[in-house]
Amino acid sequence: MRKLLAICAAIFCIAAASDPAERLPDPGQEARARAIFAEVRCLVCQNESIDDSSAELAGDLRRLVRDQIKSGRSDDQVRTYLTDRYGEFVLLKPAFSWGNAALWGAPFVVVILGLFLLLRNLGAPRPYAELSQDEAARLAALADKEQT
Amino acid sequence: MIAETGAFALILALVLSLTQVVLSVLGRWRRASVLAGAGAGAGLAAFACVAVAFAALMHAFVTSDFSLANVAANSHTEKPMLYKVAGTWGSHEGSMLLWCLALTGFGAAVAGFKRGLPAGLKAVTVATQGALGTVFLAYTVFASNPFQRLVQIPIEGRSLNPLLQDPALAFHPPFLYAGYVGMSVVFSLAVAALVEGRADAAWARWVRPWTLMAWSLLTVGITLGAFWAYYELGWGGWWFWDPVENASFMPWLIATALLHSAIVTEKRGALAGWTVFLALGAFTFSMLGAFLVRSGVLTSVHAFAVDPTRGVLLLMILGVTAGAGFALFAWRAPALSPGGVFAPVSRESALVLNNILLAAATVTVLLGTLYPLIREAATGEAISVGPPFFNLTFTPLMAALLILLPAGPLLAWKRGDALGVAQRLWVAALIAVGAGLLAFAAVSPRKALASAGLAMGVWLIVGALVELAERTRAFRGSGAETWRRLTGLPRGAWGMTFAHLGLGVFVLGACFETSWKSEAAETLSLGQTLNVGAYELTLERIEGGDGPNYDAERATIIARKDGALVCTPKPERRFYPTGGQTTSEVAICTKGFNHLYVVLGERRPGDVWLVRAYWNPWALLIFLGPAIMALGGLISLSDRRLRLAVGRRALPA
Repeated sequence: MRKLLAICAAIFCIAAASDPAERLPDPGQEARARAIFAEVRCLVCQNESIDDSSAELAGDLRRLVRDQIKSGRSDDQVRTYLTDRYGEFVLLKPAFSWGNAALWGAPFVVVILGLFLLLRNLGAPRPYAELSQDEAARLAALADKEQT
Repeated sequence: MIAETGAFALILALVLSLTQVVLSVLGRWRRASVLAGAGAGAGLAAFACVAVAFAALMHAFVTSDFSLANVAANSHTEKPMLYKVAGTWGSHEGSMLLWCLALTGFGAAVAGFKRGLPAGLKAVTVATQGALGTVFLAYTVFASNPFQRLVQIPIEGRSLNPLLQDPALAFHPPFLYAGYVGMSVVFSLAVAALVEGRADAAWARWVRPWTLMAWSLLTVGITLGAFWAYYELGWGGWWFWDPVENASFMPWLIATALLHSAIVTEKRGALAGWTVFLALGAFTFSMLGAFLVRSGVLTSVHAFAVDPTRGVLLLMILGVTAGAGFALFAWRAPALSPGGVFAPVSRESALVLNNILLAAATVTVLLGTLYPLIREAATGEAISVGPPFFNLTFTPLMAALLILLPAGPLLAWKRGDALGVAQRLWVAALIAVGAGLLAFAAVSPRKALASAGLAMGVWLIVGALVELAERTRAFRGSGAETWRRLTGLPRGAWGMTFAHLGLGVFVLGACFETSWKSEAAETLSLGQTLNVGAYELTLERIEGGDGPNYDAERATIIARKDGALVCTPKPERRFYPTGGQTTSEVAICTKGFNHLYVVLGERRPGDVWLVRAYWNPWALLIFLGPAIMALGGLISLSDRRLRLAVGRRALPA
């Protein structure tokens, strides 16, 4: 049952981005395009980047990104262009926004909360005091007597 | 007839599970060992019945009995025998039956062990296990019965998805389910601890072997899934942070935390409440996984509407069982003893830090998986949470954990000696930093972060070896003494060493492969070549060939390095006429720990074929590491101290 979605996707989608027919002639631009592909969701596939997908729409999106890069846009401009057209949904990396504060913040809140609880526990008054040297010696003597 | 026997056995198992609950509860309440014993007997009988039902379903798959709706939908006469058998658990209904088989099986195992567990604790554990069995069996019988007959019997079945027809995936679900459901025993033990008000060292000693077993099985299951994704999906990736993967990863993270906190509870009597909490959490995450995967809520919002009853029912099961468990926890946990005190620098503190980081990692994966749903429900805006999110949050948490890891086992209980640990580990730190610098200088292209990851892997491996050397007084005592200590080490210690070594091996492989793999793709006609890494691949010939249930196109490719023949990968492209699907069979040449990974793509006009090749350095370590970890779990499990029936505590309460 596991990976059903990857399975469905994989039937059509096999790392299509590296298809030589689609590539940009400039290797630097191509590398930038590939880096962006990994962060862009193939909207009709489930949780797949357009780098991995060979669905038709993913091909269209790749062409769009490559065209943008060819016409000299920066990476950020390309991302903005995509979100303007398709909404935040298209980016696999959620924006650092208030709406996503809980998402980005939760790991750190858990760590801080955990450390706080640990420190409070360490600083808590001990339920019983440890034995002094004198008391320890007396206890040892008592234990010896018990054994003999 | 056999199918009816199976259906009947399944219903009987449901009744027996219910009987198991009633008798065990009565046995505990009246303190009547006869009733409790009868409850345990009902548990054994329930397992036998589910086994009969499972065998009946397997028989239907093997004989291609298409009068069963489930077989007709998921099997085919021409399918190879292995996949007919694996088809038993290849569908939703069949896998629920496998789940029940594992659940009642573990229940029977708990019920069957005569010695060890105090009678009260055992009766409540058996009762809880029976209750879980009742719930899931009822779900299987009423909402996803695999024995439903068809009125009009088809001549041929619709076959199993060809991507699932793979040896790794045939064995992946049994391991995964055994791991998932193994956590149910831990859950039941936690409920029993809360009811009886005792989560002491003896209890923790009972929790550990079950957790270890479930953890090891889950490790194997997840690794098989990742390995399958690696060579079957055909783009060289092995982990995608896909919700379905996350669903199996969360119980693993919690189980890992539980393994460590249970040690503190066993050795020092501390963290009892937290250990119980994690024990409840592990199976809760298993059930959450089952819900997420089956309801379709995450893969597509629409899939939920296709069969809303199943998803809603699973959600109800999850809510009721986990809710009851945690409500009991809220009520009874304050009664558990607080346990021993420890200094800020101590093994307890190190293990608590381990737990904090693993808990944070679990929350990260959980939120990363569910946040799009929450956000959409709350604001109506759709967002995506993909690999870049996990790389930025999960990875630093794990990095912190890995840096601390080698110090943990070297610290003493109660009050550790930070300076002493630093003295023991500085050589390891030096080697790790050296390895990182070497990687940075020698491997091109230069990658600082990846080199740091490599250093981390070396740090873990050398750190585990330093701990072993400390235990055996290697380099300090005589060789004979070291040997004596080495052979006298408890299996539990070896298990820990292997698990930590395996993690290091995995980190090495994951960092190296992810950062330094190279890929190439070209359309080739016969005789043309393609370069990837240091290799030159020539498309030698293409031939047709038919498999049992598919037509294939097979390429023969010659791989050369510096003109010398290295290997001849033979990737395939298969067409399955039954479902009209095409799959690609990757060819992998293993060179040391490295993989040369070749995929045959589609044929293009002009008799050219798209060929893609990847050079995946150290890729083997990614799968070898978890295998070593699971082996560590098994070695630990064989420790005398943790043997399931600890004879010494054979007291009827």
